[in-house]
Amino acid sequence: MKTLADLRAIKEKAKAEMATREKNARFRITVAMGTCGIAAGARDTMSAIIDELNKRNIQDAIVTQTGCLGYCDQEPLIQIAQADKQTISYGKVSPEVARKIIAEHIVNGKVVADYVFNLS
Amino acid sequence: MRELSLNILDIVTNSIEAQATRVILAIEELSSDNIFRIRIRDNGRGMSEEMTRKVLDPFVTSRTTRSVGMGLPMLNQQAMMSGGSVTIKSTLGVGTLVTAEFKNNNLNRAPLGNIADTVVNLVIGSLDVHFYYIHKTNQGRFCFDSYWMLGRAAEQDCSLYDLVVPAKETIRKNLLSIHSRG
Repeated sequence: MKTLADLRAIKEKAKAEMATREKNARFRITVAMGTCGIAAGARDTMSAIIDELNKRNIQDAIVTQTGCLGYCDQEPLIQIAQADKQTISYGKVSPEVARKIIAEHIVNGKVVADYVFNLS
Repeated sequence: MRELSLNILDIVTNSIEAQATRVILAIEELSSDNIFRIRIRDNGRGMSEEMTRKVLDPFVTSRTTRSVGMGLPMLNQQAMMSGGSVTIKSTLGVGTLVTAEFKNNNLNRAPLGNIADTVVNLVIGSLDVHFYYIHKTNQGRFCFDSYWMLGRAAEQDCSLYDLVVPAKETIRKNLLSIHSRG
């Protein structure tokens, strides 16, 4: 049985570790999770991204969620941010497309042109 | 939405957008009283009385990217279709409580669906937010705390992503155990 103090310590340690992970992350993948995104399947897209990162043992990418980005017709929409590089937005990202983007963009460093969506 | 777990993901995303650091999701399936109730409580920035009154109207939103907000209206519509309702209590600076109540056996009540994916994806997608999920049926109850995942990742010195599959399985297994008819 753990005491409350133990749990607090675990929490603090975990938070510190998460902070380091976030700081060291090379890629930040954001999944738009507004009503529009969710209705278009963003939850499964996010599950696929997490699963693919885990399978490939990619440690330097973090996945976060955000609300509607204002391009509801392009959902599910994801953005990949990388230090010193332009943030790339991808539209109509099904789970299969998400796996392809992880393989091409994150692993091989090649933007998947077919699914790039220009926000401007 | 095909599953109530997708509506839940949607409403909790509102909480996160409202800068909540703590979200409590309580699901009660009380077949004895024919009630299926979902409560989402957050400590986000809250809404004014006027906004709280109007927020079930699809043409009202706090968002700036578009002028309609469908999340709560859709949940409300689904609740009303199954003989239930949505009520919202909110205090500026304190937080918001959304309660959706359904008639449990109503054919129009959407199934809960994949709540494990909803909860675990929320934990992964918003590490700063403390999620607490409690699920109650007439057979029993179970809780899932996002600190459990963070704590295990720290204890075992593994990536949080390694715990995604075990966490989802834990939720599914616990759900099964409180739905079994002994």
